[in-house]
Amino acid sequence: MSVTLFIEQLINGLQLGTMLFLMASGLTLVFGVMGLINLAHGSFYMVGAYATALATAATGSFFTGLVAGVLVAAAVGALVELIVIRRLYHRPHLDQVLATFALILIFSEGTRWLFGSSPLWLSPPQSLTGFVTLPGGARYPLYRLVIIGVGIAVAIGLYLLISRTRLGMRIRAGESDREMIGALGVNIARLYTLVFAMGAALAGLAGAMVGALQSVQVGMGEPVLILAFVVIVIGGIGSIKGALFGAVLVGVVDTLGRVFLPALFRNFMSPSEAAGVGAALAAMLIYILMAVILAFKPKGLFAANG
Amino acid sequence: MTALRNIHNTNNAERVTPMKTFASVGLGLLLSSSLMAAHADEVKIGMITTLSGGGSHLGVDVRDGFRLAIEQAGRDDIELLVQDDANRPDLARSLSNEFMQRDNVDILTGLIWSNLAMAVVPAAVRQGTFYISPNAGPSDLAGRMCHENYFNVAYQNDNLHGAMGAYMREQGYERPILLAPNYPAGTDALAGFKHLYEGEVVDEIYTQMGQTDYAAEITQIRASNADSLFFFLPGGMGISFMNQWDNSGVDLPVFGAAFSFDETIIKAVGSAAIGAMNTSLWAYDLDNEANHRFVSGFQEAYDRMPTLYAAQGYDTALLIFSALDKAHPSDQDAFREALREADFDSVRGKFRFGPNHHPIQDIHVREVVEGDDGQPTNRLVGLAVEDIQDVYAVDCQM
Repeated sequence: MSVTLFIEQLINGLQLGTMLFLMASGLTLVFGVMGLINLAHGSFYMVGAYATALATAATGSFFTGLVAGVLVAAAVGALVELIVIRRLYHRPHLDQVLATFALILIFSEGTRWLFGSSPLWLSPPQSLTGFVTLPGGARYPLYRLVIIGVGIAVAIGLYLLISRTRLGMRIRAGESDREMIGALGVNIARLYTLVFAMGAALAGLAGAMVGALQSVQVGMGEPVLILAFVVIVIGGIGSIKGALFGAVLVGVVDTLGRVFLPALFRNFMSPSEAAGVGAALAAMLIYILMAVILAFKPKGLFAANG
Repeated sequence: MTALRNIHNTNNAERVTPMKTFASVGLGLLLSSSLMAAHADEVKIGMITTLSGGGSHLGVDVRDGFRLAIEQAGRDDIELLVQDDANRPDLARSLSNEFMQRDNVDILTGLIWSNLAMAVVPAAVRQGTFYISPNAGPSDLAGRMCHENYFNVAYQNDNLHGAMGAYMREQGYERPILLAPNYPAGTDALAGFKHLYEGEVVDEIYTQMGQTDYAAEITQIRASNADSLFFFLPGGMGISFMNQWDNSGVDLPVFGAAFSFDETIIKAVGSAAIGAMNTSLWAYDLDNEANHRFVSGFQEAYDRMPTLYAAQGYDTALLIFSALDKAHPSDQDAFREALREADFDSVRGKFRFGPNHHPIQDIHVREVVEGDDGQPTNRLVGLAVEDIQDVYAVDCQM
């Protein structure tokens, strides 16, 4: 295993991590500010991807499609907040899980009903295909580097938004004491809708960017949602910083595990057995990581409320 | 939701023949024996297939192929009942019990997935119902768990992978790298490939089931010194993989089985699929009378290109008709003999059953090319293996 190959796999892990961060940041914001467990977050990921695929097909431009996808995801998020989520804030978590699970079913079956079960076609724009030659000679797809760039830009943007702006101040205040900021005259209802729509937009962005790389189909959000939950539990629920660290950690551990575990087992097993056992163990690796971290830090790495 | 779906589908279950209305409830109770005799020539077929959830286009195509055969043959002695298993073994199991106990079906068919077939078929055939498989062909049902009432019209799961192994060997590829998801059909696929490839492979990579990101695997493939790639990633996994493969800068020739390259999937993959070679038991441009009739009929009826699943559903129906012309399923021995003869014009050309009731058939090679409309499509290239038979037949004792 050469150094360039290792670096390349590290970048692969980083790319998976930044994509997970886009999902996890919205999820953790919504939980931190509103105390809401939102299982339907994966549906916004799917909505963003579908809207992007359809808008790209209609206009012929991926970038127009991407903007449309993010806006549609934000609009759908705001709408869902106004119609459904708003009624759930004072309910126990079990009710929230039940209602947002119902939303997953409605979104999935609705999408299937509208667009059929066959996946939609979406691929990266011509200007972003091709490769970049890394130091050391390996070639790396440009589009994946762009995803990393977008992820980092969003992370910086969110950091500035939360630490430097009035909205960010309200979000932080909402995290520490919901009743108090209401009493201080902040329009909580509007703040909640805004935060929820922002989370949906980030999920939509992730869905659109990744949809071009993978496939745009019904139910595409759920596997990512599970990983995003692992990320926010590891990072500490409600913490953006935790979501960033957790996402990169999960991305890198998952990617390196998939590659190096089978190689490790090959030292004392036949190749096909090693591949099977290694793959099975790699699938468990991030959950083992989560269990170990929770054993030492029960509230995650960067717990928001101390 | 399950309950809702069931109600919905029961309403949708089609009654092909109006004869059904004759069996009015009151009369039926009084004159049951004589009426039964009068209806002896009517046959009930229960189809359990995947019409919703992941991979539903497979079930839809099997059903539509089957229906087309009924329409083309103009048969009014068949009542086809269709139910959706939503790709869930437990649901498939309870649907099969419903079909056998409530509807008294003579023949069961339709299952797409091997794990569902394993849940349904052994119990069904033990109770004396015929099961004719239009797709799934797990090794156990071909070998040690084979049964006289179980017939597979499609293939044994290894067939297409093994045929590709033989073809790649013949084409002179010496260092293939293999990729499949880590679940029974995935490991079976690679085992089947290696069985007929008869050479060393560079590496085998197992991915997670339902995985969507293949960056790590593609990097691994690039770093290996392989001269070709063989992969088995059914459904959405294959679409994701091909898209990422296309943008990765690796330019190894790509091989697979038709499951990753059916007409629906390659439309979603787009130009990234062009150039890939795949093995199939059927191609829409196979030149024979039955196939022309099937392909043009299917396009006319459903306004889309048929997939191999549609061809398999169609052949399943033709096989059943050919046997019904000779015997009624209530005469089990005669009907079984009639099925064994496989006396029908398959869309695949020649077709016969081996001793374990699995096909002995030719496997063809297709290449994904750009069609006249600019969309990718499959074109027949040639024969991979003639008269392939599965290796499990020797374990089968009937």
